[in-house]
Amino acid sequence: MAALNETQELIRDQAKSWVSEQAPIAKFRELRDSNTELAFDQKTWKDMVEMGWTGIIVPEAYGGSELGFLTFGLILEETGRHLTASPLFASALVGATAITVGGSDDTKQAVLPGIVSGEQIVTLALEEGPRHNPVATALAATKSGDNFELSGSKTFVMEGMAATSFIVVARTNGSAGDAAGLTVFHVSADSAGISRDSMSMLDSRGYANVQFDGVKVSTGDVLGTVDEGMELLEVILDRARAGLCAEMHGTASQSFDMALEYLKTRVQFGQVIGSFQALGHRAADLYTAKELTRSCFEAALQSVDEGVDNVPQMVALAKTRVGQYLHEMSNQLIQIHGGIGMTDEFDAGFYLKRARVLETAYGNQAYHRDRYARLLGF
Amino acid sequence: MSQDLTALRAEVSDWLTDNFPSALKGQAAAIVEASSERDGLEGDALAWRKALAAKGYGAPTWPKEYGGAGLNQAEAKVVAEEMGKVGAINPMVVLTGMGITMVGPTILEYGTEEQKSKHLPGIASGEVRWCLGLSEPNAGSDLASLATKAVEDGDNFVLNGQKIWTSGADKSDWCGAVVRTDPSAKKRDGISFVMLTMDQKGVETRPIKLISGSSPFCETFFNDALSEKNDLLGNLNDGWSVVKRLLQHERQSQTGSGGSGARPEKVEDMAKRYVGTDSEGRLADSDLRGRIVSHLMDDQLHKLTVSRVMAEARGNPEVSAAASILKNSATHISQTRSELNLEISGSQGLGWEGEGFSDVELQNVRDWLWGKAISIYGGSHEVQKNIISKNILGLPETTQKG
Repeated sequence: MAALNETQELIRDQAKSWVSEQAPIAKFRELRDSNTELAFDQKTWKDMVEMGWTGIIVPEAYGGSELGFLTFGLILEETGRHLTASPLFASALVGATAITVGGSDDTKQAVLPGIVSGEQIVTLALEEGPRHNPVATALAATKSGDNFELSGSKTFVMEGMAATSFIVVARTNGSAGDAAGLTVFHVSADSAGISRDSMSMLDSRGYANVQFDGVKVSTGDVLGTVDEGMELLEVILDRARAGLCAEMHGTASQSFDMALEYLKTRVQFGQVIGSFQALGHRAADLYTAKELTRSCFEAALQSVDEGVDNVPQMVALAKTRVGQYLHEMSNQLIQIHGGIGMTDEFDAGFYLKRARVLETAYGNQAYHRDRYARLLGF
Repeated sequence: MSQDLTALRAEVSDWLTDNFPSALKGQAAAIVEASSERDGLEGDALAWRKALAAKGYGAPTWPKEYGGAGLNQAEAKVVAEEMGKVGAINPMVVLTGMGITMVGPTILEYGTEEQKSKHLPGIASGEVRWCLGLSEPNAGSDLASLATKAVEDGDNFVLNGQKIWTSGADKSDWCGAVVRTDPSAKKRDGISFVMLTMDQKGVETRPIKLISGSSPFCETFFNDALSEKNDLLGNLNDGWSVVKRLLQHERQSQTGSGGSGARPEKVEDMAKRYVGTDSEGRLADSDLRGRIVSHLMDDQLHKLTVSRVMAEARGNPEVSAAASILKNSATHISQTRSELNLEISGSQGLGWEGEGFSDVELQNVRDWLWGKAISIYGGSHEVQKNIISKNILGLPETTQKG
């Protein structure tokens, strides 16, 4: 754990006790079994808003507390531990980042207080194919007079059914594969021409396919600069990834704790199975990975807070290594539990399923390994 | 505190200007090599050693009365950083063998006032070289099964037995040895830690040649060797607690990864030189590229973790529970880098000696071979995992008896 200040310790402790009391894994099971379209509980969302979590990275001028990404990460670690479902990450981190970094003052005024109050849910609509590849964006934004018309489709949109508006990455110039010619728009979800369908995903969380059919947006809805959206998008994505890594580490840490507990209590051959050296060494390896990877996601969040210029490298490192650890840990969670781990009645499966979705979001390990090498010039 | 550090920084910088001979700049490797020999320092290097000793910067965190500078960890870091800036190295670590890193800190903790005054100043000034007699031919990972005996005789203990892997024994003045003083007690209970001079009739050393060539390691034989009772460190038959502490200091001293920063050429640059790149500037061998990325990530992760552990300790000099993790991580990184060196340079990376190979290529081969020792000494890779699973995770012990 990074050296925390008093406020951060307070927030972490509050998050820890709230999550374990109000939104434990049992709550997620209820949600999964109820099969609701929104895939989160309104009371949970309201509690989060009341605790101020939706304003953590929003500037004070727009109703937030501006406590920063490391602080947000402390909360996401705890929600990651119990797979607490909500639009907190998608809207209060990713959506809020897009508006804060790319929005005009009018846009900030119109959107950020709504994100903080929880009434607006703003989510990123980026992916168009099965593999994360921002430059491949093809959704067309055609200029007509002072307006643009958006046509195309987006997939794997987090909290897409709950969203009140979308951060849409569109092509205003060039062709799919070009880094230049992209523009980021803020688009109200009730605009004419938008239709959406819920995607039923492995982790039972909320996702949507979103169709844009001649959706009219004005130049005032542009975030950042026309045709130069890639630069803004990378900033949004890296902050999103850094936050996601905190959540992923929380999910992996909880998996580790569950596995360790089982190693200490499950008896076979007349002794607890943790006394077998093969399992003791495996636990040592998993613990080592847990401690090492904690350093990189914290460093990624800190580099965002400090505004230093190595954010992309830190994020590529964190998304790769935390992803790798979560991958291995979620597999070992099942393996160490044996048969019981395979049953739906036990929670291990939830962690395994969630793990793969988190790994895939915003670029998997292979994507970020390649990116890391490019950043270092080889 | 940062105000004090700024003042200290200026003070150290001024002191270096006055005392660090500019001719030694860039001579770090030569000084290290000279320091590994007895009385190997001369001229400017000798003057620098004496200047460091007088200021206490050779062992900056030790108390002043024992030859240190009485600094805390954060202050010592400032001294090291300022020395780094002007290319000055601290030769004491090499000059004193195991003195600065392991013996000194252990004497500080367990020694009597008399022992501290007798032994520490000689280490802090770089004048007395120490080795450690720990492992034996039949007591490696299972150190507590050691058999070297010490029997009380008047003011002395009389030692008989054999130690192995005593690094630098043939060049040392003193030895700290673990010996069995009560053969009837349970194996961890009958052990004591004694200190003895190497220059005596009953001590004989023999260097060990390794797969990498010559090495600092020796076999050390005790035949009625004498250790004064005044030089018993810690209580009689309670040497195991001294040893455990000593080994913690050893792990701590082995947590640096010696990764890309410590090598003459970045691994990715070396790979580009031997392997070439494609039209987009990527390394031509994509499989190698992936493994180099993994290695560089390991290295960065390790360094971030060292910083994090230090930040969390907030300057507290306690030996960290993370030492086992970091020792294994550092070992893995160092060994992987050596494997990459060989692989990247192909047949040029397989030379033993001679004209057809560059100095670096030949050195890489020896480093690669020597590097196999890192996961064996100081508590093997497997022993470190036992420590993590037992001491940190609280899993029960079944494989080690006694």
